Amino acid sequence: MLSAAASPFSRALKESALATLIVAGLAFPIIAFRADPDFNNLLELSARWPLFLAFCALGFGLRFLLSLWESRPKAALALAQATTGKQRKWLAPAALAALVAYPLLILALLGPQAALKWVDTFGVQILLYVLLGWGLNITVGLAGLLDLGYVAFYAVGAYGYALLAPLTGLSFWALLPVCGLLAAFWGFCIGFPVLRLRGDYLAIVTLAFGEMLRIVAVNWDAVTKGEAGLYGFPGLTFFGLPFIPGPRGFAAHFGVAFAGVHKLIFLYYLVLAIALLANFVSIRLRRLPLGRAWEALREDEIACRALGLDTAKIKLTAFALGAFFAGVAGCLFALRQGFVSPSSFTFTESATILAIVVLGGGGSQFGVAMAAALIVGSSELLRELTFLKAIFGENFDPTQYRMLLVGIAMVAMMNFRPRGLVSMRQPTITLGPEPEARS
Amino acid sequence: MTGFAWIDDPLLRVDRVTMRFGGLTAVNDVSFSVGRGDITALIGPNGAGKTTLFNCLTGFYKPTVGRIAFSPKGGLDDDRIDELTATARRNSNDGGEDLYLLERMADFEIAKKARIARTFQNIRLFSGMSALENLIVAQHIALTPASGYGVFGLIGLPSYRRAESEAVERAKKWLERIGLRRRADDPAGALPYGDQRRLEIARAMCANPALLCLDEPAAGLNANESHGLATLLREIRGESGVSILLIEHDMAVVMAISDHVVVLDYGQKIADGSPLEVRENPAVIAAYLGVEDEELGPAEAELTAETKP
Ligand SMILES: Nc1ncnc2c1ncn2[C@@H]1O[C@H](COP(=O)(O)OP(=O)(O)O)[C@@H](O)[C@H]1O
Ligand SMILES: [Mg+2]
Repeated sequence: MLSAAASPFSRALKESALATLIVAGLAFPIIAFRADPDFNNLLELSARWPLFLAFCALGFGLRFLLSLWESRPKAALALAQATTGKQRKWLAPAALAALVAYPLLILALLGPQAALKWVDTFGVQILLYVLLGWGLNITVGLAGLLDLGYVAFYAVGAYGYALLAPLTGLSFWALLPVCGLLAAFWGFCIGFPVLRLRGDYLAIVTLAFGEMLRIVAVNWDAVTKGEAGLYGFPGLTFFGLPFIPGPRGFAAHFGVAFAGVHKLIFLYYLVLAIALLANFVSIRLRRLPLGRAWEALREDEIACRALGLDTAKIKLTAFALGAFFAGVAGCLFALRQGFVSPSSFTFTESATILAIVVLGGGGSQFGVAMAAALIVGSSELLRELTFLKAIFGENFDPTQYRMLLVGIAMVAMMNFRPRGLVSMRQPTITLGPEPEARS
Repeated sequence: MTGFAWIDDPLLRVDRVTMRFGGLTAVNDVSFSVGRGDITALIGPNGAGKTTLFNCLTGFYKPTVGRIAFSPKGGLDDDRIDELTATARRNSNDGGEDLYLLERMADFEIAKKARIARTFQNIRLFSGMSALENLIVAQHIALTPASGYGVFGLIGLPSYRRAESEAVERAKKWLERIGLRRRADDPAGALPYGDQRRLEIARAMCANPALLCLDEPAAGLNANESHGLATLLREIRGESGVSILLIEHDMAVVMAISDHVVVLDYGQKIADGSPLEVRENPAVIAAYLGVEDEELGPAEAELTAETKP
């Protein structure tokens, strides 16, 4: 009994000792010394041994736990997998009900002032990323085309609204699809020259395209106002009623006290409805010839061509539809922010959306939504962890560790669920077991 | 009338095709015809250029020199071919049946318009998708207009649902046929090797081809499976009337099922005729059959190593 228990234990000890050595090796140049410029711009070296030791201890502890976790009996693992597969039936309606109830619940619990942040950052913002994730999922998850410049289409939508709304005087209802179509058109344009590319090459070209568009936005002062950005364009209205205090506003019309949260709650439901529509379209398309062709393209392009599939057109549709959703999301982003500038559309944004798709398990709608909530939600939650300052000192800013956390999440993912949070691909159509009579 | 379909009623004519890769001539001035409704075997030692020729036929390579004419329903006569060659067009349907010049067409157009389906020496299934889905993707060309290019299907029109259930029926028929009905919903990549080979053939057949090109369908199969495959191919030809062109190393299979054998060696055609004629041909015996032990032995071992993961 003792020897059986001792062997995984001692193995874990050995492994964590090794991991600690590696951490020490890495941390010694990066963590242990810090160079700060003094008043004369000379660098001053200061040693940070406690922090260095803390990192080593952390490395040891985490590796130790991981080793123990890995050596746990296989039966428990199988059980865990069996239970995750069974929750599907009630999951979707329950999640939907929770989403619909969420802003009202927050409002009732916290009152209009405190609810603002919860509806906005944890509601609207996460839903926007869910929408973006679902859009990119078409290009990356279904069609298997690695697009690193997805944020460009998001920017096209946002700038499209910010420029067209004052120019045309159209309401956002009309401009939402216009922004989507604009972005889809750009998707088409970028898709066209890169049709022959795959994998790495495609990734590089799309990355460059994303940056290109951002740089144009920075430099084209006459239209985009450069880094200063665009603002003052018409905002959200409730079927013509603006969300303003005063007699002509939404609040006065419905006889309630004016509160900033009303606009956000309306925006929340708007984004939710559009996200659900996008979800419906993706799920439906997956079961149609076009969607199946996307997946077939991801699996084997040559076999697709041997079956008569025009892979160029199929790639273009995947690019364009993914871009369409990003354009719509961009329009909603402009409505939420009331301000559009190039700094919102950096490569980090593309990387975050891609991380959402990868973490969610390419091709799975639910996984992508969960990943969006996790990545965006957790990085926002970091801001809330003010008590950490008590431990690490006043200068500690938890949000700076966001990328570190995303990195850790990715590494953990590759270890435990290499195909994403929801890794089981459900066939788009099934025959089920053979009827008895036939055999 | 000679009694040989490849002379009397060809559907494919390969005309002086040469394919060079830099300095290497993989296919050298090869001409032959494939008879309508025939099972034609393309044989030859490893590296003879058989796969390269297949790639030329199906548009994956563009031949350096040469012409490949195809007419699925008949009417493949030299005058019409010459007439079409003189124009810049890829196909004609005036004065009779459709006629295609394959070397002018892109790979997917050959599959879509000329209806030539193929399998690959290294199986190319959509391995993450289920066996059933593989067979449904193969019917993409027929299903896409029925889905209103996505629009009708999106709103769930009954006309699309009908088309899809027909496609499923067809897929189910083929799955039963190749004994994979039970595994219809499993990922194609999880099937045993022999099943994957048969599934790839079924997938090609679901595209409703006029000519089915099979690149070493029996590679890596045991004797029993090879025999089953030969039976399957004969049945397919008998029922659907599809013409079959296959590359094959297993001489037992070749002699048992083919009506016509074309032999390549070092990129050149060295024999062309009925199985009996070819078997007696001294050049073939020298190049291929006669040196079976030294040449074919290691070659076949290498081939199975290459195709078996
Ligand atoms: N894409 C290519 N580029 C260069 N050489 C090729 C290419 N494809 C085939 N070859 C060469 O052509 C010759 C014939 O190959 P292949 O057609 O595969 O023979 P087979 O199928 O009869 O075994 C070989 O020498 C092969 O190396
Ligand atoms: Mg070959």
